[in-house]
Amino acid sequence: MWDYCGRSLDVARLRGATYSDVRVMHLRQRDLTTKSGRVGTLGQSESIGLGIRVVANGAWGFASTDQLTPAGVAGCAAQAVAVARSSALAKKESVQLAAEGTYVDSWQGPCRKDPFEMPLEAQVDLLLRADGEMRKVKGVTLSETDLQFRKIDTWFASSAGSKIHQRRVISGCGIVATSFGKDGIQKRSYPNSFGGQHILGGYELIEAMELLRHAPRVGEEAVRLHSAGQCPEKTGTLILGGSQLGLQIHESVGHPIELDRVLGQEANFAGTSFLTLDKLHNLRYASAIVNVVADARAEHGPGLGTFAYDDEGVPAQRIEVIRDGEFHGYLSSRETAHKIGLTRSGGTMRTEGWNRLPMIRMTNISLLPGTWTLDDLIADTDDGILMDTNRSWSIDDRRYQFQFSTEIGWEIKGGKKGRMLKNPSYSGITTEFWNSCDAISNADEWVLWGTPNCGKGQPMQVMGTGHGASPARFRQVKIGTAFSNQ
Amino acid sequence: MSPRQKPSISKRGEVVALRPERELQQIGKSVLRVAKLRGVPETEVHIEENIYALTRFANNGIHQHVAEQGLVISIRTVAQGRSARVTTNKNDEDAFGAAIDDCLSLASHQPADSKLLPLLGRQRYRPVRRFDERTASLAAEERARAVKSACQLAEKRGQVAAGIFASGQNQSVLVNSRGLASAYRHTSATFSVTMQQGSAASWAKANSPNVGTFHPLELARIASEKAARAENPIELEPGRYTVILEPSAVLDLAGFLFYDFAATAVADKRSCFAGRVGKAIFGKNITIVDDVYHPQQCGAPFDGEGVPRQRVVLVDRGVVTSLVYSRRSAKEARRRPTGHGFPLPNEYGEAPFNLVFVGGQTPVEEMVRRTERGLLVTRFWYIREVDPYEKVMTGMTRDGLFLVEKGKIVAAVRNFRFNQSVLEMLRNVECLGPAERATGEEAFEMVVPPMKIRDFHFSEVTKF
Repeated sequence: MWDYCGRSLDVARLRGATYSDVRVMHLRQRDLTTKSGRVGTLGQSESIGLGIRVVANGAWGFASTDQLTPAGVAGCAAQAVAVARSSALAKKESVQLAAEGTYVDSWQGPCRKDPFEMPLEAQVDLLLRADGEMRKVKGVTLSETDLQFRKIDTWFASSAGSKIHQRRVISGCGIVATSFGKDGIQKRSYPNSFGGQHILGGYELIEAMELLRHAPRVGEEAVRLHSAGQCPEKTGTLILGGSQLGLQIHESVGHPIELDRVLGQEANFAGTSFLTLDKLHNLRYASAIVNVVADARAEHGPGLGTFAYDDEGVPAQRIEVIRDGEFHGYLSSRETAHKIGLTRSGGTMRTEGWNRLPMIRMTNISLLPGTWTLDDLIADTDDGILMDTNRSWSIDDRRYQFQFSTEIGWEIKGGKKGRMLKNPSYSGITTEFWNSCDAISNADEWVLWGTPNCGKGQPMQVMGTGHGASPARFRQVKIGTAFSNQ
Repeated sequence: MSPRQKPSISKRGEVVALRPERELQQIGKSVLRVAKLRGVPETEVHIEENIYALTRFANNGIHQHVAEQGLVISIRTVAQGRSARVTTNKNDEDAFGAAIDDCLSLASHQPADSKLLPLLGRQRYRPVRRFDERTASLAAEERARAVKSACQLAEKRGQVAAGIFASGQNQSVLVNSRGLASAYRHTSATFSVTMQQGSAASWAKANSPNVGTFHPLELARIASEKAARAENPIELEPGRYTVILEPSAVLDLAGFLFYDFAATAVADKRSCFAGRVGKAIFGKNITIVDDVYHPQQCGAPFDGEGVPRQRVVLVDRGVVTSLVYSRRSAKEARRRPTGHGFPLPNEYGEAPFNLVFVGGQTPVEEMVRRTERGLLVTRFWYIREVDPYEKVMTGMTRDGLFLVEKGKIVAAVRNFRFNQSVLEMLRNVECLGPAERATGEEAFEMVVPPMKIRDFHFSEVTKF
């Protein structure tokens, strides 16, 4: 692979590139699903190719190819330079890259049990049994399960001299019970909705999730939701479960801090951000107990945003995003760092695959744990609603106004978790919401959730991001709007 | 004949031509031969080649500019009631052999499926023409020059432009061991532009197999003029409003219905049409067909198994009359397959991807003239499903929301969040405009009309 990297860098230099970096990536994926007692998807894929990014005439060009031959990679590099020269026809300013060291390294993410080496029969059997446990519950009209595994090898080289190989294995699993009843469709998922939980790791995740143990409860809750009370429409106290809070962090902290958005580079598609540059070190984003970091280092945990180097060869870092409620950090790249006065990139450039350009992406954007046990937090709440497991999410294109609904809720009265509520939802304005946070659960409740499906960029790239969160309480939140006046 | 090792590359270093179709057929035959030597009873091969480039601009300049080419070979085996799929982009017989072995191994670890159908035999297809030579050969420099014009317009007007100009070509070939052989190729071009003026913005976008059917600078002008009008928005109270939805807004919201028309989704009771087929769900002015042969549509005339696509009337004057069927769901429902199945194996069955809403005669300008008080919506954003059975969707307005009073646009309005049942919305359509090929960001391209709708539910307002 290094030969292909070297060849393409040489051709780019000879064609006039002043900087270039190249990624050869080998991506393998296995997908296994069941539906109502039958295997649904059973597939495997692999893709290998090379993508090269160059600066020529002060502008960017990128080209990719699956032709891993000397001629193929040379043609690809030549194309990238040609593309860069045409970019220069309409460039606004010449590319400036923050200084970065050169690294020669090899790194492998945590993976105790390689899922591609585990017996497939046991994987199919696990899913079919979990599927069967859900369908045993009377009233479950649809049962679904899934396993997904990915193995990604990246060989990165740059014209500055870096040569870095990384291997990341990603595993995910989930189960869903759906019940069609007199009042419509209700659904419960475990360990999370929209594909379940995903981590940087191996089959050990699947074993730890104990799908079989949770399947009957998931089925029962889906059916019970039909007879549960409707979530009221009011302004009040809200406790969010960890997985829902993870998505709240993703949408209302993770995306607004992407510096490419802030600088208008995503204005046509993903949108911009209310976090204009004047707000850096100058905005009370949240209450004083809120601390959020962007941490790609292995020490943070096996998240979907964990790596040793980003896709422009910058080592993984921990960035303080919100410290004691104050806003202090964006996600940056070598090209954007100087716009906020940094001399070095924050190391957040990531690419979906060999045929995509690296762009600023979330790493692990995590809310640091607080001091409360969940039991004490509930006991301390006189009147509120606990909501868990996302059902829908939406936020405006500057990341101010959001609305989420969850699969399930519970009334909290007099410090006790009471009756189940269906169709819960809440909405608000980002900074008002985060400033209303008055309690965060402790490290015992903290989970590094994986969001495997974050879409951004043109052409669209899907990226996995990590979000550490423990349940937290918010005051004076607008509740129940999604189902009002229907 | 052995496959060529790389597609044509121009002197300027750009990939400009797809392989001849016969080369993809040859790859398919090679896979089938390797599978036969391994004793595989039935094999299906789907080969797809893609050449694509995208010029991206923001802050009145190009900031990203990419080009890609790739070939993907997807193989499905069927043996003893078991099937699996393996996909690779390695184009050699060793890779085909390894993929087939993996396929057989994957398939062998599942229980036999008594309802698994044998592969489809040879079919006849109605030809479609969606390949335009000029679009196929559009160079990076041509895209860059068009982008430069849009950026210059923005600068001249004190605005900031962002967007994309993309072009590409794609071909796919589907063959199987029962003699089925189908092929399709198309080109595509997309120009999308956002013009920002102060804190206001507006947007225009077009997509077509033929780049000559739209004019980037004209789209930039439209967005520019609307952005100028979108400044200084007033804030209105949330509530129910009469709305005039431009085609992109209709597309991105109504487009979420597409999977509900799948027979598998209805059988699984996850469709909003479960228990409602044959009933009047929408207003009498709503008729929806799925028609891949429509002149403004795009796509192959066959489905994931090679079944010829049929034109299907899904909604006839408000009544859900038909669903779409894969071979399997058709057999279970004792119907004929309509040619809408996904590649197997999958759990979702089928879906219509070529929706065409029958339009009316009232253009948007006329709708505005006839409106006493209402809101004109350019597009929606971040639409998600809140209630799957009543099809309540939430999302935001974006890039140009305007107040209409006494037949005139009188002010820009701060963006709203909506929570609106699509079923109710399509019962409340007061008039429709001429249907056109619309493109947005949430749904794939469809042919839809602008609509004037009463009692559209906006629940909250944002800060801009």
